[in-house]
Formats: sequence, structure tokens, C-alpha cells
Amino acid sequence: MSKNILAIDDSASIRQMVNFTLKSAGYHVVDAVDGRDGLERAKSQQFDLVLTDQNMPRMDGLALIRALREMPAYQRTPILMLTTESSDEMKLQGRAAGATGWMVKPFDPLKLIEVVRKVIG
Amino acid sequence: MSIDMSQFYQVFFDEAAEHLGQIENLLVSIDLRHPDEEELNAVFRAAHSIKGSAATFGFSDMADITHVMESLLDEVRKGTRALSADMVDACLAARDILTAQLAGHRGEGGADPAHTSAIVTRLEQLLKAGNSPAPVVEPSPAAATPAPPVAAPPALSSALTAGVFDVRFVPEPHVASQPELLDNMLDELGRLGGVEIVSRPAVDSDDPQWCLKITSMMPADMLRDVLDFMAEPGSVDISPVGGEPPAGEETAYGFFDPLPDVLPQAAAGGEEAARVECVAVEDEVYGFFTEPSPAVESRPVEAEVSPESVAVAEAVVPAKGGGDTSIRVGVEKVDQMINLVGELVITQAMLVASAQGIDPVLYERLLAGIDQLQRNTRDLQETVMSVRMLPISMVFSRFPRVVRDLSRKLDKRVELKLLGEHTELDKGLVERLADPLTHLVRNSLDHGIETPEKRRAAGKPETGIITVSASHQSGNIVIEVGDDGAGLDRARILAKAREKGLSAPDSLSDADVWMLIFEAGFSTADVVTEVSGRGVGMDVVRRNISAMGGRVDVQSILSVGTRFTVRLPLTLAILDGMSVRVGGETYILPLGHVAESLQPTADMIHSISGVPRLIRLRGRYVPVIELHREFGVADGCADWTRGIMVVIDVDGSQAALFVDELLGQHQVVIKSLEANFRRIKGFSGATILGDGRVAMILDLPALASRARRLQSVAA
Repeated sequence: MSKNILAIDDSASIRQMVNFTLKSAGYHVVDAVDGRDGLERAKSQQFDLVLTDQNMPRMDGLALIRALREMPAYQRTPILMLTTESSDEMKLQGRAAGATGWMVKPFDPLKLIEVVRKVIG
Repeated sequence: MSIDMSQFYQVFFDEAAEHLGQIENLLVSIDLRHPDEEELNAVFRAAHSIKGSAATFGFSDMADITHVMESLLDEVRKGTRALSADMVDACLAARDILTAQLAGHRGEGGADPAHTSAIVTRLEQLLKAGNSPAPVVEPSPAAATPAPPVAAPPALSSALTAGVFDVRFVPEPHVASQPELLDNMLDELGRLGGVEIVSRPAVDSDDPQWCLKITSMMPADMLRDVLDFMAEPGSVDISPVGGEPPAGEETAYGFFDPLPDVLPQAAAGGEEAARVECVAVEDEVYGFFTEPSPAVESRPVEAEVSPESVAVAEAVVPAKGGGDTSIRVGVEKVDQMINLVGELVITQAMLVASAQGIDPVLYERLLAGIDQLQRNTRDLQETVMSVRMLPISMVFSRFPRVVRDLSRKLDKRVELKLLGEHTELDKGLVERLADPLTHLVRNSLDHGIETPEKRRAAGKPETGIITVSASHQSGNIVIEVGDDGAGLDRARILAKAREKGLSAPDSLSDADVWMLIFEAGFSTADVVTEVSGRGVGMDVVRRNISAMGGRVDVQSILSVGTRFTVRLPLTLAILDGMSVRVGGETYILPLGHVAESLQPTADMIHSISGVPRLIRLRGRYVPVIELHREFGVADGCADWTRGIMVVIDVDGSQAALFVDELLGQHQVVIKSLEANFRRIKGFSGATILGDGRVAMILDLPALASRARRLQSVAA
């Protein structure tokens, strides 16, 4: 059974690229357009991995991660931040919020697959 | 496996264009003294989003500019830097460059490199200057002078501007054998930034190379200086992580710092909770705060979910499909659809025509079906046409910027009011309206609105008002551009017109005098300004609008203001037409230009040199064009008192078209002639009638100007 990934980014082009890339690698991918949308989707379906952008309208990545970690179903689900903001400050905040890891944008699609494989196989 | 990024370009282009539009709108309307926090965030986010996507898809030029822009905006939105008009100017200029770059990537033009680097420099200067709290580090000679040791522990807080270096070296043998020397060296490096040991040679290793990752605000040369004391000559290799310098800062986050204050992760495993594992230390672009635990890999996550949360998950109906409530479709697809609906309308009309005269009792069901088809076709047509409809805000949205830039340049104070932005019209019209309307707005600002001094002297508020409004009026869209400026000066326009050799008798009505400003080469500006005063413009405005089947009117009152009114048909694909018969031919006249129709009596007809040429209509002479003569229809009616005169009005000039009879009014689907034939004078297109015949659609503006010429020849 293919693993379910929730990919959250407010940029349609990034969303499309991530979606295409991960689907090509055999994952099942669901998109969300911002944190709040992502949270809704996470509530309605259990995902094996959450990939989220940081800077988004309505609810940003950190707030989303915090909200997810409060849900029993997502306490141990890996969450990766895909973000251009990869300052140490951001990483500190990311870790404090409960992120599993981070990946810097721009990234090579193949690298994304590689990282995702490391996390959920 | 490789992934072709170019397949995502189109989405990126659309998205970036949207963000650029948003940046412009927000910046233009932003309140410098009390900027709205949400607006600042939105501008920042738009720039940030473009940066992220541009970099991902390899458009590094755009990523570079948005990067500087973002840094500036970030400080503003965090409140560490005050917003200034200069900053807004620079960001707007950068936005324009980005727009040009985007066009370049689309294959339409591009940005001027000199211009681009000027803007980047300007943004960088703004970033460096003023109240920035964080020092901006540049690898300049000044920064290379030894800085006082950083008092703080290897500061990570300033890493926003820090670079990351991949450092490899082989210690000199005497150093390698003395651990305390190595420790000294590491301490020394530690004062320059964060040091992380990626690999150190094992005690008996053949490979004596050290590998460090250093995060430092210092240039590479300074690191080299420290290492040169200890390392074997030539063995030191320092390379910035992450490729080319401008983006280097961004891609350079692959190291994993010993970050303090770690919150232990639930899944991290008990031991070493305070230290962070970095499984991906060799990599530059990602990392894990916690090692992806084998538990996660081997067990499906579902197994961890408590029963009640599963129940909850099942109880909630999953949101099916995408969350987007709109889709992007290529224009050509929509056009194809409209074309097909056009064909359907014609087929339907044919069915209706051929069903006329059949026995309604015998064919009751067929007739009912045709009726139903007619209704459905009309609904379908309306729906499909509405797909092509765009709000006029697409055009209006550029005006705040135009007005802002121009009023700054002209030292005028102007408030822009936009009304009816949601009025929809055909996409084709929206695109073609942009230039003429922009010209009208610039014209109002340049020639209409007075300087604050003049306004004060005239007892008006110093800030002038330009109002741009759009509304629907009986199948037309009406757009008005008005100002509360000086108004048109009748005497000056007349004088100027005479100077240009135009016929301008004093007896002309105001309305006719105002129309003179649309004549080619007419400009009353005392000084030809860069803005709108080269005398090209208003005539082009009128010509463009005429070409869309519309018209422009002017109203003006001296020192009160001027108002331009543009009337256009709602769509270009379908028009309301009047069908007329000339001999055996049927022609379509666009209804918008038809003023009236009448059967002339003998006393209305006026001849010149014995040839009937004019009709006298309520005291005015109207030139007549006999369509049967114009188009060489042999069997057309020649007796004016037995046919019909259709009076048309185009841009205020009238003409009467002589036809045999009026057939009716209908909506006709316009088929382009140029697509298959060359352009034919006097016709703007063709359509297919219900009986399957082709009817030409007359180009009334062309016929009206021909009538004007006939009249002047006759005179």
C-alpha cells in the first residue's frame, strides 16, 4: 500500500511540483493550500508524512505543526518543513514546534524523493 | 528517473504574475506612517513566495531580486525598520523588473540587465542604510580587518546574514599529534562562528583530513588565516556551501548546528535527548531534528493511532478532490468552446428556420424539442460567454500605480477613486482597453488636475480627484474617467485647432469642440511633457475604442472638471445586429451604432449637381450611402422614397445607409473574415444566418468616415 503524504504550500507551482514528484515516486499525495487547509485535511485522513511550507497565509507552518502535534493521531507522524527560511532561528522554532526535519527550498525533486524515502521508506 | 521542471513553468508564471500584481496593489495603497501589519505580511509573503518558486524552477534572476526585497520587507514587517517612500519606490521598481524578467522567461522581452543591477544596488543600499539592527555582512576588504573577538558564544542568532563554509584541511604533523593545539585552533575558529566537526581522522587513519562545517559572518579569508597556522600548506580547502554566492546564503543550511534548548521529541528515544542527531550531516539541503526512528519506518503510522481518533477520522467526511475552487484553463480552450457554442447557436437557428411551416400538430414533439434546444442553447451560450468575462479590476488595478508615480513626478496631489471594479466584460476587451484607459487617466492627471497652488488659488482642495468608474448599461459597458480639474478651455482648443488647419468655426457646439481633442496631432499642453503631451494619444484612444465597436464622449465644464465616457459592447464574439435586405443580399448592422431608421419623403432628399446625395433630417444634412451601389448589388432598390434609410451614428458623425428593407434584429455570432480571407473594406466580419446563408457584418465606423469624405467632396 502506498504511503499517504500531505503536502502543504501556498504556492501552486511548488504544490504541483511536489505532488508530481512524490506521485512519480509511488506515494499518494494530498495537497493543501495553507496551514488551516492542511489541518482540516489531516483531521479527515491519517497521513504517513506531512510536508509543510513555513510562510503561508491564514496559518503558517509552525502553527500547523504545533496544532498537529496536539492531535493524538499526529504525535509521532514525521513532519518535514520545506522552506526557504532555513535560518537557525527558524530551525530552532521548527524543532520547538515539533518538526521532524527540514529541507531547504529550492530543492531538487530527486533530493525530495531521497529525503522522503529516508523518513517513510 | 529525472523530472522535467519545465512542465511546471506555466503555473509558476501565472502564480508569479498574480503575486507581482498583489505586491503592486498593496505597495501603492500602503499607508507609510501606519502600515497595516497584515498588508506588510502579504507583501512579504508574495515576495517570499516568488523567491521560493523562482529558485526552485531555476529562475535565479528573479530569486535574486526577490531575495533582497524580501530581506528589506522582512525587517519592515518585524518592525525593526520604518517604511519609507523611497523603499516603496524601490520595491515597486523591483517589481517592474521582476515583471520584465517574468516576461523574459515566458519568451516575451525581458529585463534590461543594467537596470536590474541598478535596482538591486538600490535595494541593497536601502537594506544597509538606516535603522537596520543587524549588521549586513559583505565580503568586502573592510570586513576582512580582524574584528574584535565575538563576545557572545558562537552566535547563531545572527546567522541570517552568516555564510556556511565547508572546510577541509590536513593538520601539520606536529599539530596532529598535539590535541591541545587542535583544541586551540577549534576555539579560535569558534570565535569566528559556529564550528561543527563533520569528520576527524581516526587515530590510526590513513586519511589525515579534517572536515568542518563553519557558520560565520567572516569572509573565507579569515578562516583561512586561522587555519594556515596549523594546516599543511596547500591542504586548506574552504568552500561556501550551496553554490553561487548570491543564493549561497539561502542554500547553505545543510549543516546541523549544535542548537541549544532542544525540546526532546517524543520519538527521539530516551538517550541523548538533549543532543540532536543529524543523520544527514553530509548533506547540505535538509536535516532531521530527530533521527527518523526505525519505528516510523517499520510500523505503519496507523498502528500508532488511538482507536477513538480513528473513529473521528472516519466520521469526518474527507474533503474530496482539490481544495481550489477555481481552475486555470488556457484561453485557447475557452475560445474553442466559445467557437463551438457559436456553431451550435447557428445549427440551432437552422433547425428553427427549417421547422417553420411544418404541421405543429403532427410534429408537436419535434417542435417542443426544438423549443427546449433553443432555451438550452441560450443558457449554454451565456454560461460559456461568462467564462471569458473578467472583472474590469484587471485594468483598474494598474491605475493606482500610474497615478502614484505620475503625481509624484508632476508634484500634484491626486486621490484616485475606482468604482464598479467588479463589472465584467470580455477578456479580449479587457486587454485592449488597458492602454486607452490608462492614457485617459494619465491625461486627466497631466492636463486635467491642476497643481496644488493653482487649486488653492481657485478655492479648491489641494488634492484633486480622479474618478474611474465602470457599469453596465443596456448591453453596453460604460466606463467613465473624470477629474475635478481645470476643464477644457473652449477658446484654447479652437485656437489650437485653427493653428493645426482643422475646420473650427466659432459656431461649433461645445460637444463638437471637445471632440476636436481627438483629432490626430492635437495637443493643447503648453509644454510637451514626457507624460502625455506628444500629441499622439487621444486620437489613438478614440481609434482603439472605435475598433472595439465602442465610442468615447467628452463632457467638460471650465474649472469644474472633465469627464470622458467610453461605451463598449459587452463582448466581441457576439453582437446585437439588425439585419437588412439589399437586393437579394442580407447584411448585418451592429445595433449599437444604429440611431434610427425611416422612409424618406421626397422633400427630405437633397441633390447636389442633380444627383441625390443627402437627406435633411431635423434641420441637419446627413450624407447617404446607397448600399446597393456601395457593394454592387444589381437588383437593389434605387428609389429613395421606396426603401429605408438607416441612420447610423459613429463617434458623433452621422450617415444614412440606404437599404431595401429591414428584416429584424438578432444576436449574431461573429466569424472573423481575416482568419480565412483578407480584410475587406467596409466589412468587419461575417455571420451565418438561420437559413444557412452567410451575411456580412458591416463595418459602420468605416462607412461613416467614408460618408464624411463624400460629404466634404460634395461640399
